Amino acid sequence: MADTMAQQRGAQHGATSPGDDGEPRRDFLKLVAGSFAAVGVGAMAWPFIASMNPARDVLALSTTEVDLSPIAVGSAVTVVWRGKPVFVRNRTAEEVQAARAAPLSQLPDPQADQARVMRDPWLIVVGICTHLGCVPLGQKPTDPRGDYGGWFCPCHGSHYDTSGRIRKGPAPANLVVPEYAFTSDTQIRIG
Amino acid sequence: MAIGLHDSDFKNPVVRWIDARLPVFTMMQKEYGTFPTPRNFNYFWNFGALAMINLMIMIATGIFLAMHYTPHTTMAFDSVERIMRDVNYGWLLRYVHANGASMFFIVVYIHIWRGLWYGSYKAPRELLWMLGVVIFLLMMATAFMGYVLPWGQMSFWGATVITNLFSAIPLIGPDIVTWLWGGFSVDNPTLNRFYSLHYLLPFVIVGVVFLHVAALHITGSNNPLGIDPKGPQDTIPFHPYYTIKDSVGVVAYLVVFAILVFFMPNYLGHPDNYIPANPLVTPAHIVPEWYFLPYYAILRAVPDKLGGVVLMFASIAVLFVLPWLDTSPVRSMRFRPLAKWFLVLWGICFLVLMWAGGKPAEGTYVAIARVATFYYFLYFLVILPLLGRLERPLSLPESIARPVLRGGGPLPAGAAAQPMEKA
Ligand code: HEM
Ligand code: FES
Repeated sequence: MADTMAQQRGAQHGATSPGDDGEPRRDFLKLVAGSFAAVGVGAMAWPFIASMNPARDVLALSTTEVDLSPIAVGSAVTVVWRGKPVFVRNRTAEEVQAARAAPLSQLPDPQADQARVMRDPWLIVVGICTHLGCVPLGQKPTDPRGDYGGWFCPCHGSHYDTSGRIRKGPAPANLVVPEYAFTSDTQIRIG
Repeated sequence: MAIGLHDSDFKNPVVRWIDARLPVFTMMQKEYGTFPTPRNFNYFWNFGALAMINLMIMIATGIFLAMHYTPHTTMAFDSVERIMRDVNYGWLLRYVHANGASMFFIVVYIHIWRGLWYGSYKAPRELLWMLGVVIFLLMMATAFMGYVLPWGQMSFWGATVITNLFSAIPLIGPDIVTWLWGGFSVDNPTLNRFYSLHYLLPFVIVGVVFLHVAALHITGSNNPLGIDPKGPQDTIPFHPYYTIKDSVGVVAYLVVFAILVFFMPNYLGHPDNYIPANPLVTPAHIVPEWYFLPYYAILRAVPDKLGGVVLMFASIAVLFVLPWLDTSPVRSMRFRPLAKWFLVLWGICFLVLMWAGGKPAEGTYVAIARVATFYYFLYFLVILPLLGRLERPLSLPESIARPVLRGGGPLPAGAAAQPMEKA
C-alpha cells in the first residue's frame, strides 16, 4: 500500500514539471475542502443563532395607540410599546422654553428640541436610560426630575432635560425618540 | 490474560472483571488513592474539594427545583412562591440552592486566593489555572442567569443592566442586545433562554472541572512552600491522609452552610427580589448579588460607558495572562518579602471594591472605587512584572520534608544551620 503510494508520487514527479510536485495541488484540495466544511458549519449554525432573534409574534406587537386628550399640561403618562415604557409628556410653555434655550454646544449629544418633537408641547421618548437601561424617574409629580427638570435616572445618576436630552451623568445619548405619527389632533400611533 | 484487557490488581472477581475491561477502579485508585500528594498541605488546600461538593449540591437541588419551577413571565414568580410555601421541603431546596450559590463563590474566591498567595498559577500549572478562570466565568454566567429565574424586581433589573452592557460595543452592540433578549426588552423569550442555559451551563462546568482535575493530576499539586517534591519523602498518598483532612473541612463548610440556610436564609439576598418584576419601575438602588459587587464597582468607577464595560471584563481577563505577568520564579509568598505585602493590599482593594459596589454610585464611593480599581490593575500589570526583577526572595528550603520536620520530628544533623524561612 505504502509502496504504491510512493510509486504514484514518483509517477507524479515524473509527469509534472519541476516545482509542481503535487504538493500545491494537495494544499489546494485541503483549502477547498476546509472552506466548504467551514461554510457548511456556518450555514448550519445560522438557524440556531437566528432562532434567538425576535420571533414574528414579538415583531408583530410593534405599534401602540395613545389617546392624548386626558393628559393635562405639565403632566405625563407612561405607555408600553414593544415591552418598553414610552414617556408621553405634555410640556408647559416654560419647559419648552427651557429646552430651546439650552445652547447646543453644552449638550453631550447635541440635538435641537425642534428636531425631537412634532408638535411643540408633546415630547414622546422611550423611557429607557441610554446608559444601562433603567427607567428614569420624573413621570410622577413627586418624582425627582434631576438638575434639568426632565428625568433623573437613579441607577447611576444620569440627568435628562425637558427635551429628554442627556445633560449630566454616565449615559452617552439622549432618550430615544421612537417613530410615531399623529393620527388625529388627540391621537398618536407609536411604531 | 486476553489481548487488550487491562491487567488488574483487584482481587474481588466482579471488580476485577469490570476493571480488566474498563479500568475505572484502577484509575480511581491511582488518582484518589495512592496519588502522591505533598505532605505539607494546609487547610487552604481543602477548597477545591469543597467547590466540587458545592457543584454537586447545586446540580442536585437545581434538578429538583426544576421539577416545580415554571419559566414564564406570568408564572415564574408564583411558581417560586409555591415552591416556598406548598411544595414539600421546597423551602429547603430553594434556600440551599440560593445560599449554595453564595457558598460556591465564597469557596471559589478562597480557592483563587490560595492560588494567588502560593503562586499556583506559575509554570507548569498555567493551563490548570486558566481552566480555573474559565470555570469562574461559567459560574458567573450560571449564577447571573439563575438569579433571573425567580422573576423578582432585582432579577428583572439585574438582567436588564447586565445585558445592556453589551450595548456598549460599537456598531453591533444594540443588535447583540436584541439578539440576547429575543425581543426589544428583557421579556419572556429572555426568561426562557436563561432557564435553558441555566440548566445547561452547570454540566459544562462539570466538563471543565474534569479537565481542570486532569491537568492537576499531570502537574501534581503545589504546596504552601511552593517548591517541587524531591522524592517520596516529600509526599504522602492522597488516601487516607487528605481524604480525612478534606472531610474535616467539609464538616466545617457544612456548618457554615447550615447556619446560612437555617438561620439567615435571606441575609445575602435582596428584599426587592420578593417583589414581582415590573418592567415600568426601576428600584431605587439596583445592586447585583454580593459576589458580583467588585466587578460592578469597577464598571461604575469609569465615567465612560464603553470604558467601564471594557475595564470590567479586563479585570477577569487579566487573570488569564497572570502566569506571564508574574516574572518571579518563586511561587510561595512566604519567600517573597515585598510581593506578599503588595498582594495583601490587592486583597484589601478587592474587598473595598466589593463594599463600594454595594453603595450608591456617587461622591466619595466612586472616588474610593477608582483608587481601588487603579491598584487592582497596577498590581497585575506593573508591580508583579517589575518585582520579579527587583525583589530578592528569601532562600528556599531544600525540600518539603525538612521544614515540615522542623520542631517535631528528628532533624538531620546540621539541618538547624540551614537557612530556613520563618513560616
Ligand atoms: C453552577 C451551579 C449553579 C449555580 C451557581 C446556580 C445559581 C442559581 C441562583 C443564584 C439562583 C437564584 C436563586 C434565588 O434567588 O431564588 C438559581 C435559581 C434556580 N436554579 Fe440554579 N444554579 C446552579 C445550578 C443549577 C442547576 C444544575 C439547575 C437545574 C438542573 C438549576 C435550576 C434552578 C432553578 C429551577 C432555579 C429557580 C428557582 C429559584 O429561584 O430558586 N440550577 N440558581
Ligand atoms: S442606567 Fe441610567 S444611569 Fe445607568
